[in-house]
Amino acid sequence: MKILVAIKQVAALDEDFEIRADGKDVEAQFLLRDLNEWDDFSLEEAMRIKEAWSGTPVEVVVVSVAPAEADETLRKCLAKGADRAIRVWDPDVEGSDPIAIARVLAAVARREAPELLLAGAQSSDHAFAATGIATAALLDWPHAAVLTQLTYNPGARSARFRRELEGGLLHEMAIDLPAVLTIQLGINTPRYASLRAIKLAAAKPIEVLTLSDLSVPASAVGEAGSLSHVRRMYVPEKGRAQMIEGSVEEQARRVIEIIREAAGGAA
Amino acid sequence: MSGILIIAEQRRGELRPGTLELVTAAQGVRRSGQKVAVALIAESPQALVPAVSVAGVDEIVTVKVAVREFDPDVIEAAVQALIEARQPSLVLLSHSIDAFGYAAAVAARHGYGFASDVFGLEFQDDALLATRGGYGQKVSIEVDFPGKPVVLLAIRGNVYKPPEGTATPAVSSLAAPPVKSRVRSVEFVEPPASDDVDMTAAEFILSIGRGIGEEANVQKFRALADKLGATLGCSRPIADAGWLPKSRQVGQSGKTASACKLYIAMGISGAIQHLAGMKHIGTVIAINSDAAASIFSIARYGVVADIFEMADALEEQYS
Repeated sequence: MKILVAIKQVAALDEDFEIRADGKDVEAQFLLRDLNEWDDFSLEEAMRIKEAWSGTPVEVVVVSVAPAEADETLRKCLAKGADRAIRVWDPDVEGSDPIAIARVLAAVARREAPELLLAGAQSSDHAFAATGIATAALLDWPHAAVLTQLTYNPGARSARFRRELEGGLLHEMAIDLPAVLTIQLGINTPRYASLRAIKLAAAKPIEVLTLSDLSVPASAVGEAGSLSHVRRMYVPEKGRAQMIEGSVEEQARRVIEIIREAAGGAA
Repeated sequence: MSGILIIAEQRRGELRPGTLELVTAAQGVRRSGQKVAVALIAESPQALVPAVSVAGVDEIVTVKVAVREFDPDVIEAAVQALIEARQPSLVLLSHSIDAFGYAAAVAARHGYGFASDVFGLEFQDDALLATRGGYGQKVSIEVDFPGKPVVLLAIRGNVYKPPEGTATPAVSSLAAPPVKSRVRSVEFVEPPASDDVDMTAAEFILSIGRGIGEEANVQKFRALADKLGATLGCSRPIADAGWLPKSRQVGQSGKTASACKLYIAMGISGAIQHLAGMKHIGTVIAINSDAAASIFSIARYGVVADIFEMADALEEQYS
């Protein structure tokens, strides 16, 4: 019994940052890396299924398609209770869009043959909301997105879930397994890893695979395997609010002026 | 010339509002002579024809399917059949929760050009360019689709205005391909109506986020909202924690603050799902102690300050 959890190490920008000379991304030194918030909920959901089950043990395996710097994030997942971690990397993967990443994840899923593949509904950095569902299509597995409730007994041939629609409406559905499910924030409350678990995780191995280990051709990833191509990245003109400076009292005075102006305009 | 195909979205027999916005998005990139067709994939597609008979639509294609509600296998097969039958160069759909569940699947399976959460579209030197955000909307990213004869784009809501005026497009139908459904709709469950507020009607919202720290602090901001004459709203973590009812949540799967003209965000960092519900508002004032917060990228006015001190100062000075 196995649950595979797709993990992304996302990047946030520092207050000040610079666009790379080729104009296609931000200089790496300005990127602050962390576990994608949605993936934290996916991992927690897998852990809950594992811990609530008294039958054949459930193995939780985390996988990330990323260079070595993502090991830190995978160790965080091991500290939270994942049984194994896999990281796939190859220089050819550089420049991949979410669909090219999905080709690699699909190859890992074929090898691991889990009952469930959980992924975040989206990532906080580029928010494509595509990787998990693209992986399902490449595997030809049933799939569903944006889950806020999941009921699954390991070994069962189907699972029940609720997905959260616009306006908070919930849609209850049933799905055949194996399946790919993408997880929304709030489905559970992710745990923190204990200091002891963090120490133990530091010594746990991370299995590192290359494309050839998975028989994924180089043409399936990188720019060649992507469905979009970045032309340029830029800071939009309206990209920064007009900042209100001064003491808190001065700032409050200006905010009140703006409230009054807006109220006048609305009347 | 191959045309533009719009995939309409319906739920419980009603057209979702984003569909008509796609008609406007299509006008901006339609080449001369290029036709815009709207596909209605539904159990009773004919009933939706009047709703999409708007200016800018040349044709309507109905695809009658065997299920009433969203089923990823059914809609993916129908979209694929439409693409094969009509050979469009561009397929537009809403970047909605339903689309989260199927758009990337269609694109990945058939290798179509693909981008989601697109808020800008143009042609430059014969190349289709789509613009989307990155790094929590702090940057814009222009992508293109070299060598892709079919491009599928999921368009952000509330960017394009629905067209005014009606039309009488030609209506044709396409047979739905046979599909074995692997996902079954059971029922819809309304969110608990624990609060009588209607965020979609509020013109002035004061919204709070994780920055308030703990539940006991909600009262302070509720009092401030009352004093300013604002409706109190919140970001997802506040509703998930149960500090405010779900009906107060603004964002992708909360409420879209559609009538809002003035929005004050206090202690909200501006995660992507929140921005989706308030990005269109004319005047946004963001108050946050973290100068790097994403919310400052979309707010008109920014205040870097402690939100508790700011709440006190606003209370004191507002009369």
